[in-house]
Amino acid sequence: MAPFDYIEIKVPAKPQYVGVARLTISGLASRLGFTYDEIEDLKIASSEAITNAVRHAYDEDEEGEIIIGCALYEDKLEIMVADHGQSFDFEETKKQVGPYTEQESDVQLIREGGLGLYLMETLMDDVKVHHEEGVTVFMTKYLGRERGEADVKQTAYS
Amino acid sequence: MNLQVDVQEKDCVHVFKIVGEIDAFTAPTLKERLEKVADQPECQAVLDFKEVNYMDSTGLGVFVAFYKKVKAVNGSVKIVGLNKRLKRLFEITGLDDVVEIEMESGDPNGTV
Repeated sequence: MAPFDYIEIKVPAKPQYVGVARLTISGLASRLGFTYDEIEDLKIASSEAITNAVRHAYDEDEEGEIIIGCALYEDKLEIMVADHGQSFDFEETKKQVGPYTEQESDVQLIREGGLGLYLMETLMDDVKVHHEEGVTVFMTKYLGRERGEADVKQTAYS
Repeated sequence: MNLQVDVQEKDCVHVFKIVGEIDAFTAPTLKERLEKVADQPECQAVLDFKEVNYMDSTGLGVFVAFYKKVKAVNGSVKIVGLNKRLKRLFEITGLDDVVEIEMESGDPNGTV
């Protein structure tokens, strides 16, 4: 038996398909046995990655595609989001992201963007970004420890 | 994966009832509806999120832009009806320290 099942979907780099991909990932996460809250985290994190690809990867008039790959393991879900458009400067972007801080108590200085990457890192257990002819985001979420082996065995023998 | 925004004006308070999912596709609709009132002097707005079942950073971005515009004209924005999930989104981004959030959608005539 293969150590994991792999599901890949390819969508046009258009905002109307972000929700479609999100629902697919929600379904796969549910199949793996993630909790309601974990599934919501996965939906947000994957939408952020796909939205970034839609927004930044291709020029306005350019038709592009986004590949979303999901590897379903017994104890984790790995999600890969890849585009072949222009890459952004990850380190530079990372400096500009993060939660709002007290320094932003001046309302007019509050940022309107830059939360996507921060949310991915907060809601997933592991996030890696690679740049080679486009951007590829790898994200991993593990099944909660409290739903560990005992549950799996119970299901397997029931 | 649709979004519906109903606006009601009562005693100079604009109440936005947002229903559906706020993401990259639907956020422009919300932005457009909010911008219609954002620069009215001393604009008072209440955003009702009770029937929002999904939101990500695109929604937060629209909200922050609106909030800044309203504050610039000495207006106010209040958020009501956040469920546990959305509350968490505001908390982990630190936005809950910036904006007024009312956990129960109470008296619409209450202090804004």
